[in-house]
Amino acid sequence: MAQAPGKRPLSPHLEIWRWGPAMLVSILHRITGNGLAFAGLGLLLWWVSALAGGPESYQTFLDWVWLAPAGGLQSVTALLGKVVLVGLTWAFFQHMATGIRHFVLDIGAGYELEANARWSSLTILFSVAATSVFWAVVLLHPSL
Amino acid sequence: MGNGTSIGRVRGLGSSHHGTHHFLSSRLTAVGNLVLIPFLMVSLALMPSHDYATVHAWAAKPLPATALILIMINTFQHARLGVQVMLEDYIHEEGGKIAAWLLVNILPFAGAAFGIVSVVRIALGGA
Repeated sequence: MAQAPGKRPLSPHLEIWRWGPAMLVSILHRITGNGLAFAGLGLLLWWVSALAGGPESYQTFLDWVWLAPAGGLQSVTALLGKVVLVGLTWAFFQHMATGIRHFVLDIGAGYELEANARWSSLTILFSVAATSVFWAVVLLHPSL
Repeated sequence: MGNGTSIGRVRGLGSSHHGTHHFLSSRLTAVGNLVLIPFLMVSLALMPSHDYATVHAWAAKPLPATALILIMINTFQHARLGVQVMLEDYIHEEGGKIAAWLLVNILPFAGAAFGIVSVVRIALGGA
């Protein structure tokens, strides 16, 4: 009858794949972008509105996000604040690097398998290096 | 949109001709972010102190205040477009689509307006 013989390949294979640099930075672009949109812009608004509110509200922001002079719950949120801030800087550099990669792909370049994998990997190398340099400057600078 | 031929049934669906504008706006605001966000990060990193007086005096100056307001417009628009694409990919039921539509068309504008008012208050005095 008109029945397909068994064991014919099905396409596309949605569940059979393995990680590669290009697919990793593709999903990282989405994760970092949305992380920056919600956590990043949320924190930016908290920071700028605290600054607009005067010395007291700004100090409250610093205490809860970084300094934790009261200890207790504040030391938890301040630890979280440091993790989130470092995470956001990494997310920014990663999103920026993969964003520039998208500009290159937009003009039709960089689709050769080897070049695509190389530049994908380089975005991760860049984001980690740039995050380290950024926080080295912040922490080795006389501040806070 | 007719219901006769195949092409007539699908015409007008899809991106409704807003796809190109979405794509270009996303790229344009990306270029803006490429200037604005490094400016903010380098400024913050190189500040001699992060106490209220120093940060407030910096944000009140014309150039940083302008950059901060541009971030409220440019970066929020960029984020809005990106979040919209993410939601379009993952939300499929009608109720969720309405909630997502409300989210991307209200929240970014509310956030940006709040940010702009804050910067204006810093720049023009008040607190």
